[in-house]
Amino acid sequence: MSSTVDQRRTSIYGKLLRWGCLLYLGVVLIFPLSGVVLRAVSAGPSRIWSEVTNPFAWHAIMLSLSTAIVMVLISVFTGTATAWVLARYEFPGKGLVNALVDLPFAVPTIVTGLMLVAMFGPTSTLGVVLSGFGTPVIYEQSGIVLALLFVCFPFVVRSVQPVLENLDPAEEESAATMGASRWTIFRRVTLPALFPSIVSGAGLSFSRALGEFGSVVMVAGNRPMSTKTAPLYVYGEVEGFNMEGALAVSLVLLTCSLVSLIAVSKWAERQG
Amino acid sequence: MDIVVRNLSKRFGNFQAIDNVSFAIPSGQLVALLGPSGSGKSTILRAIAGLETPDSGSIELVGEEATNLPTQQRGIGFVFQHFALFRHMTVRQNVAFGLEIQKLPKCEIQGRVEELLKLVQLTNFADRYPLQLSGGQRQRVALARALAPKPRVLMLDEPFGALDAKVRDELRVWLRRLHDESHVTSLFVTHDQQEAFEVCDQVVVLNHGKVEQIGPPQELYERPASPFVTEFLGQVNILRHETILGMNLHESRPLPLQIPGSTGGSIYVRPHDLEISREQNDLPGWPARIKRLTPLGWLARVELILPDGTPVHVQITQANSLELGLENGLNVFVRPRDLKIFDESNKAAAAMNYVI
Repeated sequence: MSSTVDQRRTSIYGKLLRWGCLLYLGVVLIFPLSGVVLRAVSAGPSRIWSEVTNPFAWHAIMLSLSTAIVMVLISVFTGTATAWVLARYEFPGKGLVNALVDLPFAVPTIVTGLMLVAMFGPTSTLGVVLSGFGTPVIYEQSGIVLALLFVCFPFVVRSVQPVLENLDPAEEESAATMGASRWTIFRRVTLPALFPSIVSGAGLSFSRALGEFGSVVMVAGNRPMSTKTAPLYVYGEVEGFNMEGALAVSLVLLTCSLVSLIAVSKWAERQG
Repeated sequence: MDIVVRNLSKRFGNFQAIDNVSFAIPSGQLVALLGPSGSGKSTILRAIAGLETPDSGSIELVGEEATNLPTQQRGIGFVFQHFALFRHMTVRQNVAFGLEIQKLPKCEIQGRVEELLKLVQLTNFADRYPLQLSGGQRQRVALARALAPKPRVLMLDEPFGALDAKVRDELRVWLRRLHDESHVTSLFVTHDQQEAFEVCDQVVVLNHGKVEQIGPPQELYERPASPFVTEFLGQVNILRHETILGMNLHESRPLPLQIPGSTGGSIYVRPHDLEISREQNDLPGWPARIKRLTPLGWLARVELILPDGTPVHVQITQANSLELGLENGLNVFVRPRDLKIFDESNKAAAAMNYVI
């Protein structure tokens, strides 16, 4: 046992592989990341602070956070339910449905946005009906949530489904033998077992949603102080040669994403 | 009778898992469902628990018709092979689960949990999670959890199947003791003949979804009702009819006429039902040659070849082997004490013990 470990330590190929991997990580991930951070730092904290607290930037950040949170709250239910149906039931066309779940990953997000505009936009029948009820979707904040729901749909499903499939049915059965009703079994046995995977799916979709650009730019209408999300704001500032403004908001987005990512993985570690 | 099963059948696609099974388990007994894998033993257990719906037949629990009763209302305790503990709950919470479902007052739950933890000797582990326990400890928690709500019957589905040999042996003894104290009617599924014999009052032997024989372990061993039971419960030599005739047995004491002929009935003799001697002494038997002698501690395994080439496997004590001065290649005489004879036409029904 120990001899194989030693061999692996001294092997030149092993060393090359490890350093190669680290180098790649550095170039592809750390380098660009530090670029943003360094540029922001060199601009000076007070400048960054004033850029972030500028009402337009602040609104964009808050809009991104709130639409992402609303989307996560909805996705947690729909995603878990979809995973449940796929893991627990047999029905014709199940293979197709299972493949469809990944569709949002495959479709270019800009196309997603276009599809939503075509479906719900002001010139579509559905859009006219919705506007008639006083609840237009496209070019409104609800449109942003809709786009995020579509784009982030696979995350919760794909993180809950395998856990559900590997759950030992004996746990639920033993609860049943002790007299627990189906609802009690779900609440006290199944759900606690699924909870970590639900949280991890939610965390991933939250991080993804914060930065979503392609679909949102199509459906949001980009009205400042109304439907302009943080990524759209960053894009606008770069276009308008305000690099500091773009960097400041990027830094906030980056921090939120990283914090939620790390928090979820730390939490999962503690559960595990 | 606490568990009565009548004409139970269940089919999975083309596979007949249970085939018209009937049996009754008296109150307070610990009974094994014994059979090879695919014999339907687990499916029967699960059907009794309401975890599987039988195609036909009826189930009665403690004098109450239960065929269509949901699992929740059957008042059973069930122990699974892979423990099935709630992994996000501590040992204490696991054991309390069934009591909380019954909505007992908190203090009563607490008392009962303590009592059970003491019974399974896990009081010091009450606040651990299942993953922090060994396999044997987990199964004891599972047992405590199943017993906590005072089930009317206890069911164990290969409870020791996932444990290593030493822990398994300990838990068998422990389970038997536990049963002697609690007297809850228990049904125990196993494929291990030794386990069934060690732990249970009665054994139901199953094969291909059918009951082969029911009885106390020793009775099954001594008077098996079918070739399957004979072969499944311990090692056995299969002899041909001609070999038996070649023994010259019929001169001293004729064999019954209905002994199966060349049509292919089965004649069995267990390795320890054979006696080896150096001289024939006018007793019925065969001359034989020792092909291989293997001492196994206090036992010795002797592989013999009869004159017609039939290999016969004999077990004698090592002391007996030394006394006779056995060695490889030696010519000896071997004499069966007890033959088990089955007619081809009604294998399962007519069994005959022929004590010589």
